[in-house]
Amino acid sequence: MHISVNVDGVTYADEVEPRLLLVHYLRERLGKTGTVVGCDTGNCGACTVHLDGHSVKSCQMLAVQANGHDVTTIEGLARDGKLHPVQEAFHSNHALQCGFCTPGMIMQAIDLLADESDPDDETVRKGLEGNLCRCTGYQNIVRAVQDAAQRMKPGAGPVQEQHSDEHVTSKQPVGGE
Amino acid sequence: MTATAEPEVGKARLRKEDARLITGQTRWTDNLQLTGMLHMAVLRSPVAHARITNIDVSRATSMPGVAVVLTGEDLAAEQGSLPCAWPITEDMKSPPAPALAVDQVNFAGEAVALVIADSAYHAADALEAIDVDYEDLPVVLDLEVALRDNDLVHPDLGTNKSATWIFDSAEAGAGTDVEAEIAAAEVVIERTFRQQRLIPAFMEPRSVVVDSSAGMFTVWSATQIPHILRWMLSAVTGISESKLRVIAPDVGGGFGGKLQVTPEELLCLLVARRMGRPVKWTETRTESMLSAHHGRDQLQKITLAARRDGTVTGLKVELLADMGAYLRLVTPGVPILGAFMFNSIYKFAAYRFVCTNVFTNKVPTDAYRGAGRPEATFAIERMMDELAVELDIEPMKIREKNWIKHEEFPFTTVAGLTYDSGNYEAATARAMELFGYDDMREEQARRRADGSTVQLGIGISTYTEMCGLAPSRVLGALRYGAGGWETASIRMLPTGKVEVITGTSPHGQGHETVWSQIVADRLGVPFEDIEVLHGDTATSHKGMDSYGSRSLAVGGTALVQAADKVLAKARTLAAHMMECDEADVEFASGSFSVRGTSTVRALGDVVLAAHVAHDLPEGMEPGMDADATFDPDNFSYPHGTHLCATEVDTETGMVKIVRYVAVDDVGTVVNPLIVDGQVHGGLAQGIAQALYEEATHDEMGTLTSATFADYLVPSAADLPAFLTDRTTTPATSNPLGAKGVGEAGTIASTPAVVNSVLDAVRHLGVRDIEMPMSPERVWTALQGRPDEGAGEVAAGGLGSIDAQGGQS
Repeated sequence: MHISVNVDGVTYADEVEPRLLLVHYLRERLGKTGTVVGCDTGNCGACTVHLDGHSVKSCQMLAVQANGHDVTTIEGLARDGKLHPVQEAFHSNHALQCGFCTPGMIMQAIDLLADESDPDDETVRKGLEGNLCRCTGYQNIVRAVQDAAQRMKPGAGPVQEQHSDEHVTSKQPVGGE
Repeated sequence: MTATAEPEVGKARLRKEDARLITGQTRWTDNLQLTGMLHMAVLRSPVAHARITNIDVSRATSMPGVAVVLTGEDLAAEQGSLPCAWPITEDMKSPPAPALAVDQVNFAGEAVALVIADSAYHAADALEAIDVDYEDLPVVLDLEVALRDNDLVHPDLGTNKSATWIFDSAEAGAGTDVEAEIAAAEVVIERTFRQQRLIPAFMEPRSVVVDSSAGMFTVWSATQIPHILRWMLSAVTGISESKLRVIAPDVGGGFGGKLQVTPEELLCLLVARRMGRPVKWTETRTESMLSAHHGRDQLQKITLAARRDGTVTGLKVELLADMGAYLRLVTPGVPILGAFMFNSIYKFAAYRFVCTNVFTNKVPTDAYRGAGRPEATFAIERMMDELAVELDIEPMKIREKNWIKHEEFPFTTVAGLTYDSGNYEAATARAMELFGYDDMREEQARRRADGSTVQLGIGISTYTEMCGLAPSRVLGALRYGAGGWETASIRMLPTGKVEVITGTSPHGQGHETVWSQIVADRLGVPFEDIEVLHGDTATSHKGMDSYGSRSLAVGGTALVQAADKVLAKARTLAAHMMECDEADVEFASGSFSVRGTSTVRALGDVVLAAHVAHDLPEGMEPGMDADATFDPDNFSYPHGTHLCATEVDTETGMVKIVRYVAVDDVGTVVNPLIVDGQVHGGLAQGIAQALYEEATHDEMGTLTSATFADYLVPSAADLPAFLTDRTTTPATSNPLGAKGVGEAGTIASTPAVVNSVLDAVRHLGVRDIEMPMSPERVWTALQGRPDEGAGEVAAGGLGSIDAQGGQS
């Protein structure tokens, strides 16, 4: 089948098998290996990307379902060499160790922060329930997400706002969690 | 080169590694795409024990994209047997361990056939077209049943017993005779605990790529042990070690689960050799659960002798350890790593440890975070609580009565180890203060008096462990097949930058950051100027890799020694350059100076002088590099006090951790941020054993927890926030004073949680609940009749092993 997908700002036109998973399309065809596969059942969330601004598990979607949509991966977050505030917060709070869950965790955290601009501990933990991490015990991840919320607050500083806007405010508040 | 202003050691440096990990620029093995690369898929046995009577690959072979389909028979002549490096006794029984089953399968998940195709999808398609006929054999799953030898996993061995390993304090001259202590004891407590089977569940599935081009075999693997893997692959295949290069690129967690020489690593190598083309294999999560080694799985019968005043006198440990179907790299040694730890921080007069290793038709077990020591710590900390209950002594007081006092270090234990340093009083005092111990006890009393439906429990774990693996002579005495040293090299580059090469192989621990801190301090060069190379046998030509909380205590020490060698040479050259006596040369903040003068040479100038070699002292070689290898004299012994408060809903059986305090003494800390992270992650895994995780089988031996939907790795919502702190008594066994932290949290936390839950419900008649303490098990235990041993009905779930807990 023919598909046209915008991934991280670039439009790709490809022939794909109907059964090709979105995550395999990203990794194998487009070389977007920042997005990884951690399980086969949608439990771990390592493959989380955004589809039109909403987080989805790309191992639970077919590439053809992304036809005509915008996909954002971990590789499309930084702008002009500047990290997204959530990426910065993960680094500053030591919210990763092996880093395998990190791309999905960051994508999910951005989605969470679009719904909850100032989440408490419980809200962050519930919001990340679909993303497993085996290294950190989640403590610093929770801290990082709350720190990112502060970095992304209106008035938190022009630098932060500059590159948080596009990915967070473009998200439509329909469906989702 | 400029001087570093403040000491790097002790500084909460943010990690160098993060830049690539948070942007998706990481080098995972599965990211590799090589020209002409083939993909390997593995057909796995759906049955736990059977003879293979026929394999028909004809349909699969003709499927689109399929290059070849291989069976065990095709590879029988070249695959050899997967290595076991730890024959714990001279007469240990060990079956041949083919990477690809030839005529018999011994666990469900064992590799039976391979499809090699042009894409992973095509390879997976063809798997379904392979027809295998199995003739069922009796399945052996239960440890105690296996011990009866009615049905045999490996009939050729004549028994399911692999080995029996014994330590006896009287025989070793380390203590008195345990049977005499038991006979003379005022109190004897006997309990049986079950260490359920766990799955390491690293987040990155295993992946292997082998490239046979350019007259070399280059093996990329998601492994913890590139150096050991290279050695073992050479030993098994006969390929010259010099023709094998192993690369562990970024590796997504291991926890012991990637401390292995896997069937798939060997198979990819054999296939690449056969096909003359690069081959990749990447497992699915279910494959990982079905075939990567599991952990724990022991039955522990513990007998503790004591006096009525609470003084412990004797400890007897009788273990049955489930090997699974084969002995993998260190399978038999894992329970032996616990042998020296059951006595823990307590002063027993007598100790005896007997472990019988048993084969079953299950996935082989091997190292999983803590490897032997969590099991030991669980047993002794549970027993200290049982003794406290029996004697009606406050559980912390009974520990205090028996532990080694801080002024008694160094202390040689009844297991024959010498603990170099520690202060159990200090860690405990700090933990109790942070926890609000007395207030918590009051709240507990209130709820008991009220008959609240939500009861409060307080669990204690005053643990120690042995890590920093390991003194080579001790490993030799334990019949382990390798040494325990570690190596490091420092290359001073002419521009003043520094390359550090380490034999450790990080997979999330942050060695690039911490090793840079150590060198920055030692040489006075900026943190940013240091590059750490690891995980590639071509650049890091020797090493013993990362496991057993060894990297800093052993590998970090090698690095310190290498830095000191650099400085020693630089000092000689600096004296030559400054035309002074070497004894008058001082070194501080990256510069040499002549004592009492203003003459100064920066280290960078000295390095450049060494590099250009225009004017060197007589006999000095050009360049400024150094190698060092460190073999520790002793293990290191982190310790600490963990306190856990749980709320147990007596109507639903739900357990909620409401406070968790961990105060650890891991010796000198290089990077507190990273140490805290290690503790957090360790706690999560230990708590998961207590409450959530278990590898379960049906009666046919099929793993029924083979996905993350069934095997309950906790999410953020399942875990509490942790309160952590540290006390410090530096290790005396290495110049850094570091003890190791990778496993501490896991070792300590499981008994803290279990003790806490039992403390909440013991007054309701519950005496034991098996792990994981699921709501179902807790609720069931609460329904039991207290007078008839409530714990015995508590086991359940999907476990393949019969209930063993609760005996008293």
